[in-house]
Amino acid sequence: MASTAPIDAPTASPVPAPRVRTESRAAWVARQAARLPFQILMIIIALLWLVPTFGLLLTSLMPADQISEVGWWKLFAEPSMATLENYRAMFDNSDLVDALITTAIIAVGNTVLLVLVAALAGYAFAWLKFPGRDALFVVVIGLLVVPLQVALIPIFSLYNSTGLFDTELGLILFHVAFGLPFGIFLLRNFFAGIPKDILESARIDGASEARIFFRLILPLGLPAIASLAIFQFLWTWNDLIVALTFGRDVQPLTVAIFSQLRQFGSNIELIAPASFLSLAIPLAVFLAFQRYFVQGLLAGSVK
Amino acid sequence: MALADASSVPAPPPGLDGPDPGRWRRRLTTAAFLAPAVVMLGVWVVYPTIRTIVRSLFGRDGSEWVGLGNYETLFTTDTLVTAIQNNAIWVAVVPALVAAIGMVFAVLTERISWKVGFRTAVFMPMAISMFAAGVIWHIMDEKDPERGAVNAAIGAIKDVFGSSGVLSRAQPSSDAITGSISEGFVLQATVRPGDGALLGLTAIPPAEVPEGAEQAATPQAAGGEIVGTVWRDFKPGGGEPGVVEAEELGIPGATVQLRDTSGDTVATTKTDADGSFAFTDVADGEYQVAVAPETFAAPFEGVSWLGPDLITPAVMIAYIWVWAGFAMVVIAAGLSAIPRDVLEAARTDGATEWQVFRRVTVPLLAPVLSVVFVTMIINVLKVFDIILSVAPGSSQDDANVIALAMWRTSFSGVNDFGLGSAIAVLLFVLVIPALALNIRRFKREES
Repeated sequence: MASTAPIDAPTASPVPAPRVRTESRAAWVARQAARLPFQILMIIIALLWLVPTFGLLLTSLMPADQISEVGWWKLFAEPSMATLENYRAMFDNSDLVDALITTAIIAVGNTVLLVLVAALAGYAFAWLKFPGRDALFVVVIGLLVVPLQVALIPIFSLYNSTGLFDTELGLILFHVAFGLPFGIFLLRNFFAGIPKDILESARIDGASEARIFFRLILPLGLPAIASLAIFQFLWTWNDLIVALTFGRDVQPLTVAIFSQLRQFGSNIELIAPASFLSLAIPLAVFLAFQRYFVQGLLAGSVK
Repeated sequence: MALADASSVPAPPPGLDGPDPGRWRRRLTTAAFLAPAVVMLGVWVVYPTIRTIVRSLFGRDGSEWVGLGNYETLFTTDTLVTAIQNNAIWVAVVPALVAAIGMVFAVLTERISWKVGFRTAVFMPMAISMFAAGVIWHIMDEKDPERGAVNAAIGAIKDVFGSSGVLSRAQPSSDAITGSISEGFVLQATVRPGDGALLGLTAIPPAEVPEGAEQAATPQAAGGEIVGTVWRDFKPGGGEPGVVEAEELGIPGATVQLRDTSGDTVATTKTDADGSFAFTDVADGEYQVAVAPETFAAPFEGVSWLGPDLITPAVMIAYIWVWAGFAMVVIAAGLSAIPRDVLEAARTDGATEWQVFRRVTVPLLAPVLSVVFVTMIINVLKVFDIILSVAPGSSQDDANVIALAMWRTSFSGVNDFGLGSAIAVLLFVLVIPALALNIRRFKREES
């Protein structure tokens, strides 16, 4: 066997190639049949993971007067019951529409800002020489696991005295700061892997650091930047605690749903579609960019 | 790499190095690259951390020095102690389960052709907010089996293995019948093949009469048969006990036992819509007829997942549902990095698949497993949103964890910043081992 086989694991099925030829058809059928219970088990597990989300979707399609009476699976017995009325009512509710817009502003704004700030610092840590560089980077790594709860109270006071309380900007800045340790860590490691020759020749050609950063590093670092951007987008889109603490009228979707949830049971016809909407967008982002998401995950954890 | 000397403050070293026009430029450039990140980390992360530690030594409004008083409160207040205990349970249970499930899934998916589909399905909840995941599971966990899918599934399984009864309560309509719900109601008179038995019951609320019940009827016994009727021996106005009358309904679905003289059940049957039943081919002899206790088995009312007793396991299930995909993906990546020839060599040497897994795969995966473990411990210490959305307000005290306690103490009307800071510091102290571990791993990799 060649020394480097595992490019990607999938092809390594447990069927050893040479044996296939000598195997009779009957034996093949028997083996497939023996595997059937296993296949069914795997299908059941996959369904276990899909059903809850699907249940939320169906719940959101139930008529409002049925929603607290019967479970979502009744829709299978009576598909004609399904209605988009809840979604229409939700979009008529200006609070929830505002919340959707707020969520988008915070998630997009802080993602762009974070990528820029983290990339600048990541480049400095990877390719610029300055005193105390390694020590500073160790500090960044230390900050990776700091729980944001330690910052809530002082920042609450700070925001109150500076007028950042209950503003999108305040939420954005907080998210950027707590996304920075991971962002710097991820991008620094990726940038450090860019071949030295490329940078050296650009420097010899007299390119400024700013030019190198924008013309070379950002394009070459795009895969890592994409990972980081997806992570940060999902993280802030999905945030509850930060927005709950530093916002009052500025409410993203999670907070808006949370305030509905406090009267749970009476208004599930509003909570279900809003929750589904709040997860449909990150889910779409995730499915579209799954590869980058997984890469970032692995770089962030296995590294 | 050689670091320049320590004086990081940009004071111009007068002359000695000779004029270096580029030097200042370079330092300014470096500062421009670093400044945004350093300022933000300083203002939003480092300064608040220090401030919180200091603040935890002061009282509610910050004017009064209380020393370690807040920490004393933290470890003596009931809901906060519950929070710490719950978090300890979380740390003990969840990371291990997540890692184990992730490991099993990662290994199993190697053996199916649709592994990308499977992994996407299991990994998908990672994209969903903890909060929305909590809403999803709140709906799943509703107590009423008519509405909560989990309890509906449990109820369906229970029905397969033993159907629930048709009545929840009843009493004999006359002295001819004795017994109780738990032992069954026995007609005292003995019967022989060819006889009929009347099992009248009362004290059944109209709403509890099973659906489809019809006017009670008294069947005629043929040879070798014992027949009879179980019916609601009551009609508006009362009626005569022990007699089947017009307007009295049969009890369909009731379980009837035929007992021999020593009290052993020799046959069971169920009643029809008119309450009639028949035992056929009965050997000659004396018997007693009884309405079996199964008739009164209470219907499944649903497990109270969101109640105070089960709320923590319920939230954990939701949380594991979210994070299993993470462990699976990371472990699968670790698996694919194990050289195939190592595994092949072990198999060639005659190791069984289990031995290969236990003695080769797991040891080689140890670093990856430890990463999953440490990541999950940190995550679990910070668990917050999902509890707010799974647990209804009434059981949030029972589901309390440190991060939630910190928030509720500081912001949710209580507004005790001193105690809140102390809880935050506790959380910080708990992640310090992970912090040290990260730094050690980094230093090892760099050298």
